[in-house]
Amino acid sequence: MATLALPGRDHRDPGRSPGSRRVVQSLLRTSPLIPAVVLLLLFLAGPIVYSLYGSLTNASLTGPKAAQPDFVGFDNYAQLIDNPQFWKSLVLTLVFVIASALIGQNLLGMALALLMKAAHGPMRAVVSTIVVVSWVLPEIVAAFALYAFFASDGTLNIMLGWFGVEGSAWLIVLPMLAVILANVWRGTAFSMMVYSAALNDVPPEITEAAQIDGASGWQRFSRITVPMIRRSISTNLMLTTLQTLGVFTLIWVMTGGGPGVESSTLPVLAYQEAFKFSQVGYGTAIATVTLVLGGLFAIVYIKALKPEVD
Amino acid sequence: MTAMTPEAPDVLAATDGRPTATREARQRRNGALASPRQRNSKVAASLILVVIGVAFVIPLGWIVLAAFDSAATVSVKLPTSVTLNNFTEIMNWETTFRPLWNSLIISMGTAIITVLCSVLAAYPLSRYQMRWRKPFMYTVLFGTCLPITAMMVPVYALFVAFGLLDNLGGTVLFLAATALPMAIWMTKNFMDSIPVALEEAAWVDGASAMTALWRIVVPLMRPGIAVVFIFVFTQAWGNFFVPFVLLFSETSQPAAVAIFGFFGTYGTISYGRLAAFSILYSVPVLALYLLVQRLSGSSFAMAGAVKG
Repeated sequence: MATLALPGRDHRDPGRSPGSRRVVQSLLRTSPLIPAVVLLLLFLAGPIVYSLYGSLTNASLTGPKAAQPDFVGFDNYAQLIDNPQFWKSLVLTLVFVIASALIGQNLLGMALALLMKAAHGPMRAVVSTIVVVSWVLPEIVAAFALYAFFASDGTLNIMLGWFGVEGSAWLIVLPMLAVILANVWRGTAFSMMVYSAALNDVPPEITEAAQIDGASGWQRFSRITVPMIRRSISTNLMLTTLQTLGVFTLIWVMTGGGPGVESSTLPVLAYQEAFKFSQVGYGTAIATVTLVLGGLFAIVYIKALKPEVD
Repeated sequence: MTAMTPEAPDVLAATDGRPTATREARQRRNGALASPRQRNSKVAASLILVVIGVAFVIPLGWIVLAAFDSAATVSVKLPTSVTLNNFTEIMNWETTFRPLWNSLIISMGTAIITVLCSVLAAYPLSRYQMRWRKPFMYTVLFGTCLPITAMMVPVYALFVAFGLLDNLGGTVLFLAATALPMAIWMTKNFMDSIPVALEEAAWVDGASAMTALWRIVVPLMRPGIAVVFIFVFTQAWGNFFVPFVLLFSETSQPAAVAIFGFFGTYGTISYGRLAAFSILYSVPVLALYLLVQRLSGSSFAMAGAVKG
């Protein structure tokens, strides 16, 4: 726990302290960290460690196994690997993340950022406010609004009726498509803001020079703008991926993971196993898999951000 | 497939409009006179933007219109008769005010604990050169990335073990812990931008590090602290899953969970009242978002702070 004093910052103690005083001083200096570290250890590291341990037990929600679960080794994981429902859920999670975050939110966010630059001022203000409001709203309110939109007698089907298209019970027929579009609606504002800020940082001289050299609009975008905002793009891809991986409320309200398990991503499946079927140990194993998945993405993200920490 | 997705056609249209849009923007900045073609592309960009805006506004419009409709359904329509009944019917302690009060207690408690802890933690991290500062900051950054929702099953089990289930204090502490990594990260970045020279002057005059922190650094970074506070408050206010799992007695449930009651348990759903409640519940965070925008002077405030 020893600290190294930065020369020049430490005016009170101009380097004459013997070893023991140094230790006391460094302890004093780091003491403000204690409340935060205690909270993080108890309520963040605790559940993670417990997640690893709990996934090795047959804990249940009620009954004798709730109080004194047995240690069952890797049984839960073996069960997971054997369970087609888990693999389906893993695939659904990947589809959800790729379609709604990586493709939907990012492309639409970029398109909006570019359109904002080109469009008339008042239009820009109105549309960006609408998009941002859908992001700032509490998640459960957004989920209700989207449930109403996709419901069988909801707005979407009525609008389709105007064009003579017969609607369908979208939340039952195509639950994944509905929650993917819902997540695009909910999360695009973030990508839009990240890309708007990034585009504003691209110096216009460079694209102008390319324009004089005869580069087309698409060439200037793909060969100059995109490479120059590369860092923003990769940061945004990671952040939207991690946010989408943890989406629960939206799916829970709109489809409940159903029909059956047709839209159960990993967080929803973990909840169902633990609280509907009271298999806490099994649900914890699913949670651990999701945490590991998130951790892997996080490491990639941190590697990309490294220069900013150092 | 595309016919039923309001967003899908917009994506395609927007992609097509992209090159002209950029070119036009450059030209405008260049101060070049707009040719008819460029004016057209400006109009085209605005039109596409309107289409996307309409697709985004419809679900929002449902909430507003249904709240004032005496016979609201799930579809967007002009109210058959405009009424405030939906609001007056839910204006009572059990349905609306107690859940909102609980939300306020939870969010305030979370924000106060988180901001206090992160200001204290950010000070040594920002001011002293420490051997383990880098690993600590990496761990904090890693903590910001964890999918908290995925953790709720082990958290539930842990709360059973601690005897903290259905305990407001326990829920607040957990929410504070999940908000801390991001809050420490943001607070440290804000603190790094406060010059150290002023504190050095205070140190020379004999002030302790803590005195310097509370008397000099904190007052200087008040806008930054406000941004962190509002950020944490908004997240706690909107959080549904954590109180849904950890709190089950009706008297301690926040608005996010109470709203779920309109939905399933009462048999027929009163959409009008649900929408009215949604508005009452959403207005505080929308107002706080506007406040953050003013504090940091850009619409990018929250995301910008998040990016560090």
